[in-house]
Amino acid sequence: MKPKSLISSDSIKKDYNDLIGRKILFIIALSISIIAIIGISSTIGVIGLSVKEVYLTILNVFFPDTFVVSDVAARVVCYIRLPRICMGILAGIGLGISGAVMQGILRNPLASPYTLGISSGAGFGAAVAIVLGAGFAGGEYLIIGNAFIGALICSIVILLLSSKQGTTTETMLLAGIALMYLFSASTALLQYFADDEASKEVTFWLIGSLSYATWNQIIAIALIIVITFPILLWKSNDLNLIAAGDDTAKSLGINVKNTRLILMILASLITASIVCFTGTIGFIGLVAPHMTRMIIGGDNRFVFPASALLGGLLLCVADIFAITLAEPTILPIGIMTSYMGVPLFLYLILRRRKSYW
Amino acid sequence: MKLIINELQFNYSSEPLLENVNLELKPGELVSIIGPNGAGKSTLIKCINRILEPEGSIKIGEKDTKKMSRNEIAKHMSYVPQSPENKFPTTVLDTVLMGRRPHSSWRFSENDINKALNSLELMGISDFALKDYNELSGGQQQRVIIARAIAQESNIVLLDEPTSNLDIKHQLSLMELLKELVQNKGISVIMAIHDLNISARYSDRLILMEKGKIVAAGEPADVLTEENIEEVYGVKISVREENGLLHIIPLRSL
Repeated sequence: MKPKSLISSDSIKKDYNDLIGRKILFIIALSISIIAIIGISSTIGVIGLSVKEVYLTILNVFFPDTFVVSDVAARVVCYIRLPRICMGILAGIGLGISGAVMQGILRNPLASPYTLGISSGAGFGAAVAIVLGAGFAGGEYLIIGNAFIGALICSIVILLLSSKQGTTTETMLLAGIALMYLFSASTALLQYFADDEASKEVTFWLIGSLSYATWNQIIAIALIIVITFPILLWKSNDLNLIAAGDDTAKSLGINVKNTRLILMILASLITASIVCFTGTIGFIGLVAPHMTRMIIGGDNRFVFPASALLGGLLLCVADIFAITLAEPTILPIGIMTSYMGVPLFLYLILRRRKSYW
Repeated sequence: MKLIINELQFNYSSEPLLENVNLELKPGELVSIIGPNGAGKSTLIKCINRILEPEGSIKIGEKDTKKMSRNEIAKHMSYVPQSPENKFPTTVLDTVLMGRRPHSSWRFSENDINKALNSLELMGISDFALKDYNELSGGQQQRVIIARAIAQESNIVLLDEPTSNLDIKHQLSLMELLKELVQNKGISVIMAIHDLNISARYSDRLILMEKGKIVAAGEPADVLTEENIEEVYGVKISVREENGLLHIIPLRSL
């Protein structure tokens, strides 16, 4: 149509491969940062430990009796600090990826576990357990089980809506926001009639905390992420096509409905498994995918892992501030992520010149 | 491969949007669907591609598309939507590579990238390859999507008003390119289009639709008569032939 281009195919290909190389580099850099922050974060606390001591202690867990480690260091790192840090990183990873998946499915940058009501659903489930003592599981799993079911109920409602003929992605998001209000109101109602002690516990739960992390919980979340992530990654390219519109994706051979269903179920499962242990930690699921796309573009094959790692990193950094800012009091992590996330987010969206995401 | 559409019907909340549509498309044929707003042109295009699920049969060669997977249909048919959008940042090359999806898997091969680059060059937009798709003008975006359809290497191309975002020069060069594809590669093209003069000039056949039905079909000169246009569009026109080309001059609305 036009005179032959001055740019040769080979140079475009080279630039394109460089672009992919940069995306991979970003993912590697994030991974290294996370490993570094585990070490730094583990030194923080009443008992002073050096970064070297911390790493040796961790390595000693995997290769027992190889390194000289003090008993105190081993106990502090393995039973107090590491569970908290690992829970933080895993929760960040899970929320980061769930946010990326949900924004992709709904083709909307406002989607996140929080805005879709999934976190509020979990909060309501927990409130029912705390205030009324009613639940699906007994004993120590009462609150966790309820929160998990609450999160799932919310996602099932959204999924049922989405399978209805002619439902747009905007409808799904609005339905999620409506559910969020419904669950929040119900939780507030329970708190209104609850005694002070229970009401306080609900508030505490809603804010989100990493302080009660146990290794069993961490293993449970890790398992869910390890199982779901390959499937999410496998479907990530199909989600790229859905970003170009449902009609286009269908015409390119994608079963849009099934893809959306599978991805939504997996993202909800990840979210539910995290919020049931940590309470509602806001903002990571919204912010991590955004920052990722600003840095490496919108290709979900790279956005999924990068947003996951960035979420983990952000949450871990927020946790360091939560521990150190008001020492010896540990501030709730959910508050910290919002205080740090909101200014950062506002800065990013105001600086942005583009009219799209 | 031949496309045969038989008794196509599509209802939306029990309101028929398409009624008893029969159509045959031979390889190397360029067919335009014309008709006023709301006649069902876009709906028909979407039904042919099974983006919408109509009643009746659509066959590619001997095979009914109802029995084919989406991916299989995508190897035979490509679709160029009216206002192609993307909510997230994506490069032009990545957008064109989407056309290779029916032929590849998760990772695009060297061959896929070469084919995408070739179709970019064919559309004269190689310079934009690594630019963000959303930063291009509407006309440039349209050409990217057509490049994607070319990269898809299907033998049937469906276009929904491909010229509506283009200036006159790009309208003509697009139509010439489509004509070339049809003549040299045996690709067949169906497109919905508003511009009667352009459709008359480049199409082998025209299909005139009104309220979900085909009311006239055949060679441009037979369809674009003063009586047909007056009846379907409600406008008075004058048809002239000059240098072997058909010219439609709109006179007034009735």
